[in-house]
Amino acid sequence: MIHQHTKSPVLEVHDLTVSYHKKPVLWSVDFTLPSGILAGIIGPNGAGKSTLIKAIMGLLPISAGYVKMFDQNIDQIRPRVSYVPQRESVDWDFPTNAIDVVLMGRYHQIGMFKSPRKADIDAAMEALKQVKMEGFAHRQIAQLSGGQQQRVFLARALAQDADLYFMDEPFAGVDAATEATIIEVLRKMVTQGKTIIVVHHDLQSVKAYFDWVLLLNMHLVASGPTAKVFTEELLQKTYGGKLSLLSKIGDLVQRQEFPNREQTLGL
Amino acid sequence: MNDFIDFIFLTNSNVRNVVIGIVLICCSAAIVGCFTFLRKRALLGDAVAHATLPGVCMGFLLSGSKNPFFILIGAFATGLLSIYAVDYITRNSKIKADTSLALVLTSFFGVGILLLTAIQHSGNAAQGGLDGFLFGKVAALMSNDLWVFGITAIVVIIISFVFFKEFLLISFDPTFAKSIGMPVVAIEFLLTTITVLAVVIGIQAVGVILMAAMLITPAATARFWTDKLKTMIAIAILFSVVSGIGGAYISYVTPTLPTGPCMVILMSSIALISFLAAPRKGLLAKLKLQHDNRNRILEENILKALFQMGENTHNYESYISKLDISEKRIFNKGQLKNGLKRLQRKGYLQQKNQQWKLTTQGKNKGQRITRLHRLWEMYLTTYLQLSPDHVHDDAETIEHIITPEIEEKLTEILGYPTVDPHQMKIPYSE
Repeated sequence: MIHQHTKSPVLEVHDLTVSYHKKPVLWSVDFTLPSGILAGIIGPNGAGKSTLIKAIMGLLPISAGYVKMFDQNIDQIRPRVSYVPQRESVDWDFPTNAIDVVLMGRYHQIGMFKSPRKADIDAAMEALKQVKMEGFAHRQIAQLSGGQQQRVFLARALAQDADLYFMDEPFAGVDAATEATIIEVLRKMVTQGKTIIVVHHDLQSVKAYFDWVLLLNMHLVASGPTAKVFTEELLQKTYGGKLSLLSKIGDLVQRQEFPNREQTLGL
Repeated sequence: MNDFIDFIFLTNSNVRNVVIGIVLICCSAAIVGCFTFLRKRALLGDAVAHATLPGVCMGFLLSGSKNPFFILIGAFATGLLSIYAVDYITRNSKIKADTSLALVLTSFFGVGILLLTAIQHSGNAAQGGLDGFLFGKVAALMSNDLWVFGITAIVVIIISFVFFKEFLLISFDPTFAKSIGMPVVAIEFLLTTITVLAVVIGIQAVGVILMAAMLITPAATARFWTDKLKTMIAIAILFSVVSGIGGAYISYVTPTLPTGPCMVILMSSIALISFLAAPRKGLLAKLKLQHDNRNRILEENILKALFQMGENTHNYESYISKLDISEKRIFNKGQLKNGLKRLQRKGYLQQKNQQWKLTTQGKNKGQRITRLHRLWEMYLTTYLQLSPDHVHDDAETIEHIITPEIEEKLTEILGYPTVDPHQMKIPYSE
């Protein structure tokens, strides 16, 4: 079993267990990531890939375990961390345009109750330019293609100017040109020392895209450099479907309203 | 007429109060309504409005009079409570949101009606007019209590503008808002609070039953006219204020008509007109687009038929009768006649003795449609591996849609083919 850990990691996930409606969907996920890499989270449908990054971002309650980034709690260093949700998670018929969506990435810099300053608009335009969308800044978002919407989301993340990025399926349902643009942007960010963790679906492109791979199927099958982890044998383990026992136990826990961890006295 | 002049110039101080009150109430309801609408919480707005009734009655019972503070606080409390009840039921049971809304709305409203009936039969002289909260009563605004509602409305409006950016983000992408550390729960609470406040003051004019109309209809109507949030809010305010003042005026000159229903009927009329006539998104605009498309397809089919007849005879110069055209391709008689007339008017056809021939522009256009048809057939057989006898019908439609850019790309990836899958020559322009 390969679980390669790193010294002074950017991200440390320790024995993380997550439940959805009281049903455990991730079991004791434990890994560390070095900085300046592009990492892919790979696994079948329902493996808990999106759940994992949401839990790491503190967007879902954690049943057990902890997460540290830059050796701190997420809430202490949120400006250094960026999250790109799945494209389908929002209503693209919302009455707003591309640049206003990108400006949302600047809300931290702008501060509460204040309007975007010239510098924020410049930063948003610059981010749009990086994803080759500067010509669409004032286009209503419903009129953008799926690939263009995904690039707007990426631009919003760029505008945040973070050090650690989590992206949920940025390559899902995009055209070839968008995929090329996105991977180019991500590669460039990595050379600037940023760390990027991407939930990914397409096994074909894993070797070409990622330096580091996490194989996930309700538990962490393996994590480490792509060459070591992305092997026939480990993929078999990830996609092999021998985990029905885990999901059966999860169903039981949910149905009987069991606590995820027994209460420990004295703690 | 005198009534109208009195009303317009606000000479009567009662009228002035009513107009000021209505404008403030409509503004605040329209603004928070836009966010309610965008967060897809329209029905929740309706539940809150109904749920304020028991609060109004309790406020009255506690104070023993129609003290605006008590009534406002009572209505606010039960309105807010209803939202949390819906939320709690949805989260902690198998009951879905729509059902829990129906449960909460009816239970609260039932209690409200019960209390109201009990108060009305209690013989308390001060209760007169409390039933105005059902359908709204403009007289409520003529009283000296106006400033209580006015200040509340102004607070709602100011908060909406101060937190505009934050409300926008939690309406569009609450997960992202959480991810950047925005206090989403607090901001949602604030938005909920001002929404309930807008409802609480709105029921003075419109009543609890129809309040949802003043909250949601302006936003839904404004959405027909614009794709920009700020413009949408401005339009919502405009529509809301116009129907508010209009409703107040009707009720002023015809005192038997209640204000609330008049306002709502005006607002609904504006909504109906927008639904029909708004540019691009209205029903008429869509019907017109479909009509134009049908005409275009007909015209292009006529030009294509004439071009292909010329192709067969190697003669584009002779005049052709309607009967001959119909032999080449089946057209509806009346449509063919109209289509020919329009094409002649547009300069694509020349007519002599009820016979037609293509002008140079008409020939070019007919040639282009023929070319697109055959290119698309080529594309389908080459890239989608469809057999040649399965591609014609599809190409019949697609030939009318392909833009010059797509055409260029198509010829490029197909390598400028000379014949289509049926060995027909693909005609390129010289």
